[in-house]
Amino acid sequence: MTRIDATFAELKAAGKKAFVSYVMAGDPDYETSLELVKGLPAAGVDIIELGLPFTDPMADGPTIQLAGQRALDAGMTLAKTLELATEFRKEDDTTPIVLMGYYNPIYNRGVENFLSDAKAAGIDGLIVVDLPPEEDEELCIPAQKAGLNFIRLATPTTDDKRLPTVLQNTSGFVYYVSVTGITGAAEAQAGDVGPEVARIKSATDLPVIVGFGINTPEKAQNIASISDGAVVGSAIVSQVASGKPLPEVLEFVRALADGAHSA
Amino acid sequence: MADDLFNSFMNGPDEQGRFGIFGGRFVSETLMPLILSLEEEYNKAKDDPSFWAEMDSLWKHYVGRPSPLYHAERLSAHLGGAKVYMKRDELNHTGAHKVNNVLGQILLARRMGKTRIIAETGAGQHGVATATVCAKFGLKCVVYMGAHDVKRQAPNVFRMRLLGAEVIPVTSGRGTLKDAMNDALRDWVTNVRDTFYCIGTAAGPHPYPALVRDFQSIIGKEVRWQLAEQEGEGRLPDTVIAAIGGGSNAIGLFHPFLDDSSVKIIGVEAGGKGVDDRMQHCASLTGGRPGVLHGNRTYLLQDEDGQIQEGFSISAGLDYPGIGPEHSWLHETGRAEYVSITDKEALEAFQLCCAMEGIIPALEPSHALAHVMKIAPELPNDHIIVMNMCGRGDKDVFTVARHLGFDMSDTEEGRNLED
Ligand SMILES: Cc1ncc(COP(=O)(O)O)c(C=O)c1O
Repeated sequence: MTRIDATFAELKAAGKKAFVSYVMAGDPDYETSLELVKGLPAAGVDIIELGLPFTDPMADGPTIQLAGQRALDAGMTLAKTLELATEFRKEDDTTPIVLMGYYNPIYNRGVENFLSDAKAAGIDGLIVVDLPPEEDEELCIPAQKAGLNFIRLATPTTDDKRLPTVLQNTSGFVYYVSVTGITGAAEAQAGDVGPEVARIKSATDLPVIVGFGINTPEKAQNIASISDGAVVGSAIVSQVASGKPLPEVLEFVRALADGAHSA
Repeated sequence: MADDLFNSFMNGPDEQGRFGIFGGRFVSETLMPLILSLEEEYNKAKDDPSFWAEMDSLWKHYVGRPSPLYHAERLSAHLGGAKVYMKRDELNHTGAHKVNNVLGQILLARRMGKTRIIAETGAGQHGVATATVCAKFGLKCVVYMGAHDVKRQAPNVFRMRLLGAEVIPVTSGRGTLKDAMNDALRDWVTNVRDTFYCIGTAAGPHPYPALVRDFQSIIGKEVRWQLAEQEGEGRLPDTVIAAIGGGSNAIGLFHPFLDDSSVKIIGVEAGGKGVDDRMQHCASLTGGRPGVLHGNRTYLLQDEDGQIQEGFSISAGLDYPGIGPEHSWLHETGRAEYVSITDKEALEAFQLCCAMEGIIPALEPSHALAHVMKIAPELPNDHIIVMNMCGRGDKDVFTVARHLGFDMSDTEEGRNLED
């Protein structure tokens, strides 16, 4: 059982929905982002998605593209991202961390090396956007063997025929991408998302959380009410980009978390 | 190279879209169903004689194929060695090989019922070809082009607009081809239901590298019978040479010869200011290592952290940090040799071609020609080289003028460009 599984078991017992937040590791610099990540659990975050910066984030909108660029410009690397997780783990041994990014930096490090480093750093799960089930041999299967969850994205284009393929080697939870599009762009409508979540839930026992296009506490609440939880990324990242002091960013995160938890 | 690989070089890719370890389908889940249906549609079309009949008719009457295979006599004599032939794909409608592939993809898009076409472009040649074919078929066309390239290839931007395409300048990254491809992929993820992504080179997720290659292979197939016609039945080239950006014109020339062990195959990458650790080049095979980008595993320019590096070349069409996966495989198996040519060498070849043959080449094939200039003098007179003259130089005259110190700002065209 990973920290992810434990967290969902606990939330379920308490009758609560999950709030998941995405921040970019190293944005705007290592120290600031470490402080931010450390503050997330107290602001109500159940699961931390930690963005691994990449030069060519094909599925991300301008907000997260620029965050990655800021992080890279400030010298962020895969090694430092894992170092950040290690630092965080010194104080918090329960909040799950899901590393989210693209395959090349991982492939470049070498899958076996990466997995042992990630495990040692206290990473619990991986979301790798450009690894569909067709490429499971690359990282998904080795990751599960190493005891990490491999979390898959399901999307509006994942039809019934394909859904079993997508769910097959997924663990931890299923991340439903509520819109066909990039991060930070279109708005998710709870009315459209509900039936889709139900469709996925009828095919798996894993929790289904929903992300993309959620940017207010109300939307977090609406989406969480028809799923197992909500993910917010770009809206938080743009607060960081605007140069707001961390306490204010965390205040915003708390409002989002309260929204999701009130569902 | 393992000799037992002959007779199998033309078989790739496998079911997973791999050429050896290269290729594959590294895309987000949103795109995966579409890529699978494209593959299905392509497999159907490939075996459908009516599809190829339509292609042949368009190639003949719209593009002007077959393109000539031309013995460059003065240049050969000047170099004093091998007999140099040029495959004149610069004479195609729209001025480059790009249209060969675009026609095929647009016919597929029509079969799939897609109404909106997107494309990325570097030099603008693929963008112009896509805009052209979309105009012909009445399809909406959106072209992503790096902001830097929009500036250095202004005539092509205007052409695309005349043809009714929307040209979107891309400002992310350094504003070149790689960034245009990222934004095209982002558009595709967003508009996946009605949109077809017409990729301009033999790269991207499976089945693109295979289908682009198959459409471009008309180049090499024509060379086979044209050379036999001019040199005698059964005469194959001794060496085939082409420039490589993503590798589509090159694989189009190479592929029909892969299993002919007597044919030496040479790909020419853009060496920019020279292939060294300063990364001022686009030579992915000479100066990169395997990685995953834009849907496929292939050789990439990247730093020690696996971050993709920007290439550098005088030629916008070669300015890409990756290369089609089949080339990575041909490189690793040793079937093809890959070399690099600097900006300076390409400019010299450009000028020599103008002066010796009355052909103004694009900067991309000028790279191939520069390598011909290096090797031809050492080869015997009966050694036949076929180089791919894959584009004409109209689009490049401003760039070349600037490098040669010729001031065009007072000309009518120069003024228009500044406006
Ligand atoms: C004339 C010409 N040649 C070559 C290229 C490079 O592409 P590829 O390597 O796919 O042939 C381009 C790209 O724009 C081009 O315009």
